[in-house]
Amino acid sequence: MAEKTISLKLKVWRQKDAKSEGGFEDYSLDSVSTDMSFLEMMDVLNDKLILEGKEPVNFDHDCREGICGMCSMVINGNPHGPQTATTTCQLHMRKFKDGDTIYIEPFRATAFPVVKDLVVDRSSFDRIQQAGGYISVNTGAAQDANAIPVPKPDADEAFEAATCIGCGACVASCKNASAMLFVSAKVSQYALLPQGQPERKDRAKKMLAKMEEEGFGACSNTGSCSAACPKEISLSTIARMNREIFK
Amino acid sequence: MKFSYLKSTIGKKQVMAVAGLLLAGFVLTHMLGNMLLFVGADMYNLYSYKLISNPLIYLAEAGLVAFFLSHIVMGIVLSIRNKSSRQKSYAVAASGEKKASWSSRFMIHQGMVIAVFVVLHLLTFKFADKQQTTVDGVVMDDLHQLVVDVFQSPVYVIGYVIAVGLLAFHLSHGVHSALSTLGFYSEEKKSKIECLSAIYGWVVGLGFMSQPIYVYLFY
Ligand code: HEM
Ligand code: FES
Repeated sequence: MAEKTISLKLKVWRQKDAKSEGGFEDYSLDSVSTDMSFLEMMDVLNDKLILEGKEPVNFDHDCREGICGMCSMVINGNPHGPQTATTTCQLHMRKFKDGDTIYIEPFRATAFPVVKDLVVDRSSFDRIQQAGGYISVNTGAAQDANAIPVPKPDADEAFEAATCIGCGACVASCKNASAMLFVSAKVSQYALLPQGQPERKDRAKKMLAKMEEEGFGACSNTGSCSAACPKEISLSTIARMNREIFK
Repeated sequence: MKFSYLKSTIGKKQVMAVAGLLLAGFVLTHMLGNMLLFVGADMYNLYSYKLISNPLIYLAEAGLVAFFLSHIVMGIVLSIRNKSSRQKSYAVAASGEKKASWSSRFMIHQGMVIAVFVVLHLLTFKFADKQQTTVDGVVMDDLHQLVVDVFQSPVYVIGYVIAVGLLAFHLSHGVHSALSTLGFYSEEKKSKIECLSAIYGWVVGLGFMSQPIYVYLFY
């Protein structure tokens, strides 16, 4: 099959550092292969900028296979772009048309300050995890996994919650920049398993209090978080979290 | 870190959700009561007379004021917090599947219009001077005549229809949102709950709309 290429107009958010104002810069790219991923397209842009002696666009990425949660970006208003169940690194340029204008912005939230260009500081997620997203395990050899019975439906739901890669798209998409989907996924993953029981009474409360202290908003149940989630984590995890604070 | 229920966003939302659901129950019964307009003037007046001459009405009214105030206070406090959680907004709005519904994005705006409407509504119907009428030998307020007079004005009819239309949107998101806030929500029941919520909102909204339109056209 012959390779298809498209030309694009890019409006990319450039911001020198956390304190600078920042603004959009216009770039045009020709002959972008539709087989490229979005990040590869950004690589091509950066190669071009470097050749022109300009500062390349800073953006986060690591695994480029949809599992690490490092890539971010809001593409034409949508975190991780227009496709559902996808990270930016797994988004392909075939989703765009020749001549398209693409706005590329950082995830925006008070609790995710911009570090530079499209890179934001998501360490607030780490601090929420530290507040309660853990279990206590004794040292020594792990006991046989089958010694602890777990009902299959619970195991499945816990697993689904545990697929959260902590990318922050839920926050980026939420009109309130709420981290409820993230926090509730972490809470659910432990609440459903026997290993999570010792700290269960306080976990949701502690993580919620930390989430609020970090400056994330409240949940309005709009569902945009779940739609933007690359792992399609369900809104029902939020309902579980709402029950967990009574444990 | 100390956890305080009412200081937490979930606590505030749950207070708001309980108040919201009780208000939702109130608007449904209010709408159904108003349907007596289609039965006749005497029935309508008698219903209103029975309602306001029952001493329990003061308890019910105090409850309604409390639900309204707690709902509004929590709504405003949360909305201010939510606004400050994103200081810089996006240049482009979300689109397609990642875009949230209109009703869910504008809850506070619908709420503010509803609040203003409720005040005007009380001034127009509750605290207005009414003529007297006699039904089955009992003298009572002629609320029916007042309603008929007020809805001769197209401005009132249009204003009323817009306000209850916004209430329909508010409830079509609000009912399922409140259920989720209170923890009654699951992946399997999701579409059913959302569907029922929209039906609830529009039954209330369209029911309320039918009354002024009927009066305007047929009286
Ligand atoms: C008859 C009148 C009203 C009814 C039946 C009603 C009902 C509801 C319900 C059931 C909810 C869902 C609660 C939840 O998300 O947990 C809700 C949400 C909301 N209401 Fe009302 N409401 C009414 C009036 C108002 C007024 C007067 C205001 C404010 C001025 C208001 C502001 C809000 C806001 C801001 C939310 C969304 C909160 C969020 O973002 O999650 N409402 N309402
Ligand atoms: S770079 Fe790892 S998920 Fe996208």
